[in-house]
Amino acid sequence: MIKGKFIDNLPKVYGIYTGGFLVFIILMAIAEQAGMSAKLIGIFFVAFTVLIYALIGWLSRTLQVDAYYVAGRQVPTVFNGMATAADWMSGASFVAMAGGIYFKGYGYMALLVGWTGGYVLVASLLAPYLRKFGCYTVPDFIGTRYGGNLARFSAVIVLTVASFTYVTAQINATGTIASVALDIPFGIAVYVGLASILMCSMLGGMRAVTWTQVAQYIVLIIAYLLPVFWISSKLGAGFFPHFMLADEVARIAELEGQFGFVKNSAADLATVPKGLAGITKAHSSVNATPWAFISLAVCMMAGTASLPHVMMRYFTTPSVRTARRSVGWSLFFIFLLYSSAPMLATLSKLSLIDPTLPTGIIGKTIAEVQSIDWYQNWNQANLMFISDFNGNGTLELNEFFMGGKAVVLATPEIAGLPYVISGLVAAGGMAAAMSTADGLVLAISNALSHDIYYKIINPKAETAKRLIVARVLLVLIGFAGATIAALEIQGILGSVIWAFDFAMSGLFFPLVLGVWWKRANAPGAVAGMLLGLISGTAYLIWVRSGGSGFLGITQLTFGIVGAAVSLVSMIVVSLITAAPDAATQKMVDDVRVPSGKTVLAQK
Amino acid sequence: MSKQEQHWEKTRNLLFITLAIWFVFSIGIFLFGAEMQESSIRPFGYPLTYWFTCQGSLAIFVILIFWFAGRQEKIDDEFGFSEREGDK
Repeated sequence: MIKGKFIDNLPKVYGIYTGGFLVFIILMAIAEQAGMSAKLIGIFFVAFTVLIYALIGWLSRTLQVDAYYVAGRQVPTVFNGMATAADWMSGASFVAMAGGIYFKGYGYMALLVGWTGGYVLVASLLAPYLRKFGCYTVPDFIGTRYGGNLARFSAVIVLTVASFTYVTAQINATGTIASVALDIPFGIAVYVGLASILMCSMLGGMRAVTWTQVAQYIVLIIAYLLPVFWISSKLGAGFFPHFMLADEVARIAELEGQFGFVKNSAADLATVPKGLAGITKAHSSVNATPWAFISLAVCMMAGTASLPHVMMRYFTTPSVRTARRSVGWSLFFIFLLYSSAPMLATLSKLSLIDPTLPTGIIGKTIAEVQSIDWYQNWNQANLMFISDFNGNGTLELNEFFMGGKAVVLATPEIAGLPYVISGLVAAGGMAAAMSTADGLVLAISNALSHDIYYKIINPKAETAKRLIVARVLLVLIGFAGATIAALEIQGILGSVIWAFDFAMSGLFFPLVLGVWWKRANAPGAVAGMLLGLISGTAYLIWVRSGGSGFLGITQLTFGIVGAAVSLVSMIVVSLITAAPDAATQKMVDDVRVPSGKTVLAQK
Repeated sequence: MSKQEQHWEKTRNLLFITLAIWFVFSIGIFLFGAEMQESSIRPFGYPLTYWFTCQGSLAIFVILIFWFAGRQEKIDDEFGFSEREGDK
């Protein structure tokens, strides 16, 4: 219905959409002035945006395999970049990242470097070659390149472990936001979140997910940047914070020196609600060892290049050349948000701790702080807490505690921005979590339906049947993810980092060597995937259960162990078994040349 | 050497250059994080290491990918391996 013509009109369609969204924000602002309640504004923002995504999902419904799995391979470069950026930036990036920077400073910013640097690996090592290959899923590449169902099956296992770890965190995030914005219990909100995710992806597969992700990117980037620029101007820090906050960063260091980092006793800390933290680390100074920083960055980079839901976005571009450029656009759109997160952390921290600012609370009396409206709101939401440990009646730096999410969610309110901005931020967080969850659920169900059902179990299945299986699996996986998310086992950010380590342990070297080393063969790849995943997981379990670990590798960087084992076993096993046959070698040669038909189309 | 081997050799060399630049700004400079922080070079007034973690390295990666894509397209054109209309 919208094919062809729709693609030509993309800039116009999304231009109108963006304009419409801005008008909606203004209308909400006017409604707020007219006396609409804060709660109603929150509900309008989340409900309105989710309905739009569902509408796009419904309009993009399809019965074609090519459209369902790879959006018909006709997504233009820049739009694919936006979709990838939304796919990539999860609820964790949106809601938790600025908070992490706020509390942990330099050591945490390894994630910023890692989550962007990984795209250089994607662009140079993998994306263009996998696009030339012409596969539908990542295991499709592994299975065809190495040959054999065992290799395909192993890839599906690694993909499922990594993506499932990730998706529970995202469904958790949609649940958190939906429960706050719509004011319903978390256990129900998780399923509301799930329903909205499925509405976007079920009818149209990759095609629907692509066009909703573009729409979600536009919402989330406006929701992130608008408050940062506004707060910066309001504080008088400069109209373009990214280039103008040097004085503020220096001022925070000065205040930190003045207050000092007083260590709280264990008994005092026991009274602080779970999940809240105080400021214990310097804002801008180098507070981690080179190895701690670099090992975390390396894990995130290699993980980026192995996560299937990102890789499969590059299967949707029209050509190899556009796949390469599209990686650049993806990173550009990600950069817009990531470079703003440290600025938000700086503005948030300064407005809270600087006694000379009207918003500053450090140095005020405890009673005074307790009577502030926003403090009461966020204290009630269990995201803020103060306590007069030393009994002197005034609030010290070490007596103020906050949840990581509050940096993004509460700062607009603290800085005195109208509530409409808080509603916008909630819609942005919802968009970020939904877009990532969509991509992940689709990656898992596509791998199961295409690689397990169609390629291994029933190669004769008709198109209609394949697509029904894909949709049934999509719903089942979504429900499984939501059920686990409702149990709240691991925090949002922790699960996200684990997912990268799992992906890196099992898939990084089998993917890279599949293109760059002709001698790599099926037994080697299977050994690399399975031994890598097993050793990484074993190390994680060992460290989690009190093991001391080695080489300073923690539960956040266990991918280093997994990937090292994967590399060694893959090379050793490949070399002691027979070289791949001539047909496979020719296939690798074909992958390396951009022109001509895709490798799978030649077969 | 066949045309295809030459193409691949050039592609590989480009990969090594790209990865070398990537290594410097994702790993190399952070070996000297503490030293760089004290440097008198302060982009936009920010301490140097802090600036690299929040903007510098990130921006360099964006530029690096576009530069890499441009160079690879030139290599493909040189050997006549660029895609034409109808390649699918």
